Amino acid sequence: MAQPATVTELNPEQRPFYHELLRQMLLIRVFEERAGEAYAQGKIGGFCHLYIGQEAVAVGAIAALRPDDYIFASYREHAHALARGTSARAVMAELFGKVTGCSRGKGGSMHLFDVERGFMGGHAIVGSHIPLAAGAAFACKYLGTDRISVCFFGEAAANIGAFHETLNMAALWKLPAVFICENNRYGMGTALERAAAVYDIAQRACAYDMASEVVDGMDVLAVYEATRRAAQRAREESRPTLIEARTYRYMGHSMADPIHGHYRTKEELEEQKKRDPIQGLKRRLVEEGLLDDEEYAEMERRVNQEVEDALRFADESPDPDLSELYTDVYKE
Amino acid sequence: MPVLTYRDALNQALREEMQRDPNVFLMGEEVGVYQGAYKVSRGLLQEFGEHRVVDTPIAELGFAGIGVGAAMAGLRPVIEFMTWNFALLAIDEVVNSAAKMLYMSGGQIPIPIVFRGPGGAALQLAAQHSQAFEAWYAHVPGLKVVAPSTPYDAKGLLKSAIRDDNPVVFLEGEMLYNVRGEVPEEEYLIPLGVADIKRPGDDVTVICHSKTVAVALKAAEELAGEGISAEVIDLRTIRPLDTDTILKSVMKTNRCVIVEEGWPFCGVGAQVAYEIQRGAFDYLDAPIERVTGADVPMPYNKHLERAAKPAVSQVIEAAKRAAYAD
Amino acid sequence: MATKVLMEALSPTMEEGRVVEWLKAEGETVKAGDVLAEVETDKAVMELQARADGVLRKILAPAGSTVPVGDLVAVIAGPDEDISALLEQRRPATRSQEPAARTQPRAPETKVTPAPAPPAAVTGGQPERADRIKASPLARRLARERGLDLALISGSGPGGRIVKRDLERIEAARPAIPAAIPAAAYRDVPLTQMRKTIARRLVESLGPVPHFFLTVEVDMERAWDAREALNALGEEPRISINDIILKVVATALTRHPECNAWWQGDHIRYFNEVHLGMAVAIEDGLITPVLRNAERKSLREIALEARDLAERARARKLKPEEYTGSTFSVSNLGMLGIDEFTAVINPPEAGIIAVGAVTQQPVVHNGSVTVRRRMRLTMSCDHRVIDGATGARFLQTVKRMLENPLALVW
Repeated sequence: MAQPATVTELNPEQRPFYHELLRQMLLIRVFEERAGEAYAQGKIGGFCHLYIGQEAVAVGAIAALRPDDYIFASYREHAHALARGTSARAVMAELFGKVTGCSRGKGGSMHLFDVERGFMGGHAIVGSHIPLAAGAAFACKYLGTDRISVCFFGEAAANIGAFHETLNMAALWKLPAVFICENNRYGMGTALERAAAVYDIAQRACAYDMASEVVDGMDVLAVYEATRRAAQRAREESRPTLIEARTYRYMGHSMADPIHGHYRTKEELEEQKKRDPIQGLKRRLVEEGLLDDEEYAEMERRVNQEVEDALRFADESPDPDLSELYTDVYKE
Repeated sequence: MPVLTYRDALNQALREEMQRDPNVFLMGEEVGVYQGAYKVSRGLLQEFGEHRVVDTPIAELGFAGIGVGAAMAGLRPVIEFMTWNFALLAIDEVVNSAAKMLYMSGGQIPIPIVFRGPGGAALQLAAQHSQAFEAWYAHVPGLKVVAPSTPYDAKGLLKSAIRDDNPVVFLEGEMLYNVRGEVPEEEYLIPLGVADIKRPGDDVTVICHSKTVAVALKAAEELAGEGISAEVIDLRTIRPLDTDTILKSVMKTNRCVIVEEGWPFCGVGAQVAYEIQRGAFDYLDAPIERVTGADVPMPYNKHLERAAKPAVSQVIEAAKRAAYAD
Repeated sequence: MATKVLMEALSPTMEEGRVVEWLKAEGETVKAGDVLAEVETDKAVMELQARADGVLRKILAPAGSTVPVGDLVAVIAGPDEDISALLEQRRPATRSQEPAARTQPRAPETKVTPAPAPPAAVTGGQPERADRIKASPLARRLARERGLDLALISGSGPGGRIVKRDLERIEAARPAIPAAIPAAAYRDVPLTQMRKTIARRLVESLGPVPHFFLTVEVDMERAWDAREALNALGEEPRISINDIILKVVATALTRHPECNAWWQGDHIRYFNEVHLGMAVAIEDGLITPVLRNAERKSLREIALEARDLAERARARKLKPEEYTGSTFSVSNLGMLGIDEFTAVINPPEAGIIAVGAVTQQPVVHNGSVTVRRRMRLTMSCDHRVIDGATGARFLQTVKRMLENPLALVW
C-alpha cells in the first residue's frame, strides 16, 4: 500500500492560516454535533449524514482552492459548504428546511448549494456527481479559464461505473479536475475490503494514466499540500489527479445508523479517535508554540457562539411559502 | 423553398446554433470524425473543430453527466445519444441530475442542455434497439420532451431546444432521417409546447407525434374517402403538453384517437386521454381510442414486427369506432 | 331458408326484453306478421312478430326469460331444414332468471346501499339496469341544454348508447316524433337577451328546471252540475270531472300559447296545437299518455280517448308514440283524496297542472256562508319559459272556464 504523504515542517509565518484551518475544523465539529442534537429533536428530517472525524479532508482540500474554483460533493457535505464559506446560518437553515437555507429549503441536508461560492452541490446518488464535476472542468477548459473543478466522494463511489467512465474521459481529455476520494473505510456498513478487489483506491488512477496521491486524511496540512499540488497540476497543466485521503467517520453512516453497529468494533472506533484531526493539529501547533490555550479557548467560544446563532436563526426562520412548491421546476 | 431531409434540417439547426452561440457544443459517440452515426453532425467537426464537436468513448452515463456538469458551469451542451436505447445507461444523469438541479438548488442552477438522438423502432433491430421513450421522460418534472415529425419542425424545434434554459429530451425518429420536406432559408424558431394541426377536420381528432404523424395522415386520407373528416394534431412537444389545442379540437369533433409508437401502459396517450376527459368531458361523444405499439418487447421477425407497430388500418378502425361508423 | 327471430327493440330505450308468453308453440306453422310472443319492455308489453313464413322450429328464450336486444330468441325454418348451425351461433348472453339470480348473491351483502327499492323486477334479475340510460357525456350535455329527455331517445351506439347523432336525428325529426304535429304547428322564437339571462340565472339558482308554483282555488259547482247534466243524457261515455279539466286546459292553452311550449336550450318552441299529457298511475310507476290535438276534440272525444289511453297504459300496451311528444301535462290525484299537490314538470314541457280533489267547503258566496264544491289547482311552471304573471293569466282562464263551463262552447 502507498504511504500517505505528511507535512513535516510548520512555517511560523503561516500561523493565522493554521489557526483558520483549526477554526474551520472546530466549527464543523461543533456544527455537526449540534445538528445531530437537532435531528434527535426532530428539527431536521430525512437523511442526515454527519462528517465528524473527517474534518481535515474538506478543510485541508478547500483551503488549497481558489474562490472561483468549482466544488462538487456527495450527500455528506455540510462540512464542504462550511469550509467553502457558506454561513453556518444558511447551512443549518437548510437542514431545518427553512426558506433562508442555502437551497431555500428545497434541498435539505443532502442538497446544499451555494453557486456564488462555486459550491455546486451535495448530490445524493452515489457517484453520480463525479461526471458532473468533470463536466464543470470541461467547461473551465472550454471557456479558456484557469479555473478548476474538485469533486469529493467516498471510497464506495470508486466502485461505480460513473467513477470509471469519468476518470477515463477526464484523463483522455486532460480536464482540470481533482478527484478527492474520502476513504473513510466503510460504504454504509460494508468495509472497503469487502467491496473492492483493489482497495488501494489511488492505484485505480493507473488504469487511466492519471496522477494520484495517497494522503493522511486525518492530517489537514497533508490534505492541503496534496490538494495544492493537484490543483496546480490541473490549473497549469490541465491534468486531473486522483487523491485518496484516508480518514474515518466517528458517527454512523447516517443518523439512522448506530455509531459502530455490527460492522465495526467500539475498539476500532476508539483507536481511530486517537488520530483525531482537530486534536492532532492543535497538539502540533501547541508543541511548536503556534497556539496557546487562551487562543484555543477563544476559538472554541466563537465557534460555539456561531453555531448557537445558526441554530437560533434556523429555528426562527420561516418555512418556504406553499407557493414555492411549484417554483424552480422550470427556468422561465 | 428548399427541400431538405429531416437529417439535414437537424444539421442546419446545430450548425446555426453553434455559429450563433460559442457556448453551444456537441458531444457524443461518433459525432466528430465519423460524422455522426446517422450523419446528423456531418461537417460540424470540420467547421467547428474538436473543441466543440467532441467524440466520446462508449460511456453514456459518463458523458451525459459531463454534459450536465458543463451546463452547470455555463455552457449549452448538446449531448447526442447514438440511440435512446443506450441512454438508459445515462438516465440517472438525465433524471436525477439534469431534471432536478434547478429545484433542489432552490433555483440557483438551471441546466440548459439538449439530449438528442433517434428513438423508436427502425427495421428488424429487435427488442433492445426498438423502443420509444417519450413517456419515460415526459413523466419527469423538470424535463421538456420534444419529438418532431417533419424537417421543418425538427429544425425549428431543435433551435428552440438549444436556446431553452431547461434540459430538453429531443427524440428524433430513426426512420424519419430521410424524410424530405420544405425548410425555409430564413431563420425561424418553433416554440416548445405548441402542437401543430397537420390536417384540419371535423369528425374525429387524431393525436400523434413523431413517426406516427405520417401514419395518422395516411389514415386521415383514407377516412376522408369514406366521408369521415379527421383532424390530425401533431403534438411536437410532449412536455409541456399543448392541452389547449387538444381540447379545442376535441370540443369540435367530440371524438379522439391517440396514436403513439410507445407501449400503451402509462403511455403518452394515457395522459392525453386524461386531459381530454378532464377538460372536455361534456364534449365527448365516444370513448377515447388509443393506437399504440404492441405491449411486447419488439420481435425480430419482420411480420411480427409489423404487427407490433401502429398501423394505418388500426388508426382507421379506431377512428371509425370513435365515430360510430364501423 | 332459416330465419333468426331476434329480440327486437320495441321501445326507444329498450335494451332488453322479457318474454311474457309465447303465442306460438314449437312446430307450429307461422306467417310473416303473426304475433309470436308478447314481450315486456321497460315501458310496455309489446308484440314480437314473425318476419318470415315457416315453422317455429325452436324457442330459445322461454317465457319468463330476459334477453338483450339483438339476441336470438327463436328460429323459423322449413320443417326439415337443418338449423343446428344457427343454434350453435347463439350468443351465450341469453339469461333466464335462474342464472341471473345465482350471480346476484356474489355481491357482498354488506355492500348493498340502502337505495329505494327498485320497481318490481320487470326486467328480471337486473334491478340496477332498469333505468340506467347509457349516453355519451356529449349527448347528456346536449340533452340537458336542449331540454330533451334521454329516456325517450333510442341510442344507436354500442350497447344502445345514446350519442350525438341520435340527438341530431331527434332534433331533425322532432316534428315527426309526435307524428301528429306538422311543421307549421308551432313557431320557434329566438331567445332575447333578457330571456337568456333569466334562464341562466334561474338555472344557476334552482337546478336544471327552475320550477315555480301557482295555486288557485276553483269553485266547481257549475262544472259539477254540467257533468251531472251530461251524464243524465244516459249516453256513453260517462264524463268525469277530469275529462272536463282536460278539455278546459286544452282550450285555455289555445288562448295562452305562451304556456304551451318547450324549453329548447337556445330557443323556445311555442306550439299552435295542444298535445296534452295525462299522467296515469300504473302498477309499478307512472306513464303520461298523450291526447293528440286535444284542443280540437270534443269533450266526448276526450272522455273516450282518455279512458282508452288509461286502460291501455295500465295494461302496458301503449305504443311509444302514444306516450311521447306532449306539449303540456295534467296530473290528477283528486280521486286519491289529495287536496292539493305540486307536480314535477316533464321536460321539455314548460308546465304541468296538478289537480286536487273536489271537496265541499264552507265559503262566502254572495255575501253569506254556504257549502260549495271547491277544487285546488297547482301549476308548476318552468321559469325559463313562463313568468309568474304569464302563468297566472293562464290559470285565471282555466279557473274562469271551470267556473263557467259554458265557455267551452262559446
